[in-house]
Amino acid sequence: MASTEALLPVTSRQDPLSESRSDQIPETRRRRPIKVHLAVYSGLLLIALYVALIVTHDGSTAQHGAKDESSTESRASLAGVSEKSNDRVSRLSDDRKVEAFPWNNTMLSWQRTAFHFQPEKNWMNDPNGPLFYKGWYHFFYQYNPNAAVWGDIVWGHAVSKDLIHWLYLPIAMVPDQWYDANGVWTGSATFLDDGSIVMLYTGSTDKFVQVQNLAYPEDPSDPLLLKWAKFSGNPVLVPPPGIGAKDFRDPTTAWKTSTGKWRITIGSKINRTGISLIYDTTDFKTYEKHDTLLHQVPNTGMWECVDFYPVSKTQVNGLDTSVNGPGVKHVIKASMDDTRIDHYAIGTYYDSNGTWVPDNPSIDVGISTALRYDYGKFYASKTFYDQNKGRRILWGWIGESDSEAADVQKGWSSVQGIPRTVVLDTRTRKNLVQWPVEEIKSLRLSSKKFDMTIGPGTVVPVDVGSATQLDIEAEFEIKTEDLKLFFDDDSVEADKKFSCETSGGSTARGALGPFGFSVLADESLSEQTPVYFYVTKGKHSKLKTVFCTDTSRSTMANDVVKPIYGSFVPVLKGEKLTMRILVDHSIVEGFAQGGRTCITSRVYPTKAIYGATKLFLFNNAIDATVTASFKVWQMNSAFIHPYSPDDLGVPSRT
Amino acid sequence: MKMMKVMMLIVMMMMVSEGSIIEPTCKETPDFSLCVSLLNSDPRGSSADTSGLALILIDKIKGLATKTLNEINGLYKKRPELKRALDECSRRYKTILNADVPEAIEAISKGVPKFGEDGVIDAGVEASVCQGGFNGRSPLTSLTKSMQKISNVTRAIVRMLL
Repeated sequence: MASTEALLPVTSRQDPLSESRSDQIPETRRRRPIKVHLAVYSGLLLIALYVALIVTHDGSTAQHGAKDESSTESRASLAGVSEKSNDRVSRLSDDRKVEAFPWNNTMLSWQRTAFHFQPEKNWMNDPNGPLFYKGWYHFFYQYNPNAAVWGDIVWGHAVSKDLIHWLYLPIAMVPDQWYDANGVWTGSATFLDDGSIVMLYTGSTDKFVQVQNLAYPEDPSDPLLLKWAKFSGNPVLVPPPGIGAKDFRDPTTAWKTSTGKWRITIGSKINRTGISLIYDTTDFKTYEKHDTLLHQVPNTGMWECVDFYPVSKTQVNGLDTSVNGPGVKHVIKASMDDTRIDHYAIGTYYDSNGTWVPDNPSIDVGISTALRYDYGKFYASKTFYDQNKGRRILWGWIGESDSEAADVQKGWSSVQGIPRTVVLDTRTRKNLVQWPVEEIKSLRLSSKKFDMTIGPGTVVPVDVGSATQLDIEAEFEIKTEDLKLFFDDDSVEADKKFSCETSGGSTARGALGPFGFSVLADESLSEQTPVYFYVTKGKHSKLKTVFCTDTSRSTMANDVVKPIYGSFVPVLKGEKLTMRILVDHSIVEGFAQGGRTCITSRVYPTKAIYGATKLFLFNNAIDATVTASFKVWQMNSAFIHPYSPDDLGVPSRT
Repeated sequence: MKMMKVMMLIVMMMMVSEGSIIEPTCKETPDFSLCVSLLNSDPRGSSADTSGLALILIDKIKGLATKTLNEINGLYKKRPELKRALDECSRRYKTILNADVPEAIEAISKGVPKFGEDGVIDAGVEASVCQGGFNGRSPLTSLTKSMQKISNVTRAIVRMLL
């Protein structure tokens, strides 16, 4: 939807010249000779033209001070992340000489991950309709069968017994109807009371309108759910009055209301207000739209991939989407089209009128300071309730941070994050906690345990052999004398505005940080990706801990985006600083304090690849000595491959 | 003074043809005059909505990429010592034509402009990388600079669709 405002007073449709000439010339001038009259007139016209050009240009700057050319950058930087595009554009568009980096196939083929889900080739984006059925976890995804960029979207499909070892299946749905001719887009699954599955998904019609369609397994007795049938009465929902034809997508899993109806929500926008529409249904074929919204937040733009689900206040298991009650809070999550950030907020759901109120409106969904599942590259995420093990599982789309030329050359683009369990942090009650699913441990091979004490300004190689597929679990402690020193030293100013992005990355040294690991590093550290803690004095003399990943020196290549990601992580009294890192070729996932703050990064080294990849431990603090106690596992490949009948006979590897 | 204001009003109305949103749209981009001249040079410009303006500019990107590729091909014979850089440029500009442009056109037409933004940004990146392969100025410098500028302007317009 166009959102520009006309600055100029476009009023009269008549020829302005003919109208004004007779009206505007004052009587006194009519007595002058025509020639002089015309000369004066054209001279004034020229001046007016000149002045008008200046005035309108200046006027626009004044009126739209916040919306001038830097606004395209400022929106993203408000969110606190060096957005891919801005980084790249500002770095490469100026006249500084940029050495081109010719990617060769050796470097590119190293980038493919070993244990993250990705199709055999081409482009993937949003996770779709995840579910567990008849012994298999199903995963569907937005897929381009023809290219390594977005387009021609269909639903890819894969199954797994354990969320880790995936088997590729044939494409589940293609754009073969008028109501999804231009794209079979994102959707979600719901289990009905009788255990049958309904799938709601967005179709882009032959006229480019976004509508919601119903599909279901053609053969419910097929555990692989190979074939899907589309409801003959599709679409079941079209954009309602007041909603743009292209602002209506990504229906959620339905939940039961207290009256026994099913309820879904769909993200959209009205002008710049992000909203979530709400509908009730009994049969998934006809719907009643509520006049009110589930929620809305001004100035957040279009809400994509909305997700809505309950979390237990007291227990660390997942809850079915329909669960409600006093022991429960509800989470709203949305993917912000403007900033490509997934935000969530915790609040209270009122079933009687289908509304939701955040616990903390100052960090409401979509506000730049609102909580995120992940402070790195992570978008279009979606959860599902895993009734097999009683968990809520989160999928997230991890796009590339490199150039499309490289994607085309390597033949693929995007991976999925390792599925994570999601629960409310029962200690803080203010945020969620995510953790890679337990099943990933089945990939652990040999391990080495380390206990090291490292003084200020030290970098130590960690000898683990191969360092491209690792699972690292670490605990850090800052030597107490140094901490006391820090507290007693009143001259140390509270680092109010400290953040990973603005702090200068891992090389900016403070009294108590940064310290952590450098992954995907080469021997000489010419390429490295530090994942670290930085402890500073926050408000009221309390220690504030930030968890970051610095990709700014991750590669010599200049055609990739290299942001510094991260955020504050709550560290409660008595807790040690803990981090977990999964390294899998071009993806690094970091988890601090058991998953209170998570960071996913894409990294494209040119030298620190294959046997040359190393792991380091570092402490760049000025004053503090740090003890690190950690274990590093070599991780096996998940050997993701096309399904074959032999796979049915293979026992689960968990 | 009143006469001046009136004259300015007349001039403004002259500058804006019926229903055209080119000028107000271009004011929100990093290069107003480039934006206006590109859009005015296309007959669809004056009656296009924001999506339409974005698509016109993507067409310009396509045209410029084609032109640049032709230039690159011609340079192999004239400047054989530049082969390596030309190879890289050829790859990068083919990406613009075969990946970025189709992606952007499809995304904007279908109302998921963020993928269009990605494609448009990438066009600028590929041009920069191509230029970076030469030591300083090259026979392609003004073409790559043009691509970067058009990419920036187009991106600003695509962002209005988000």
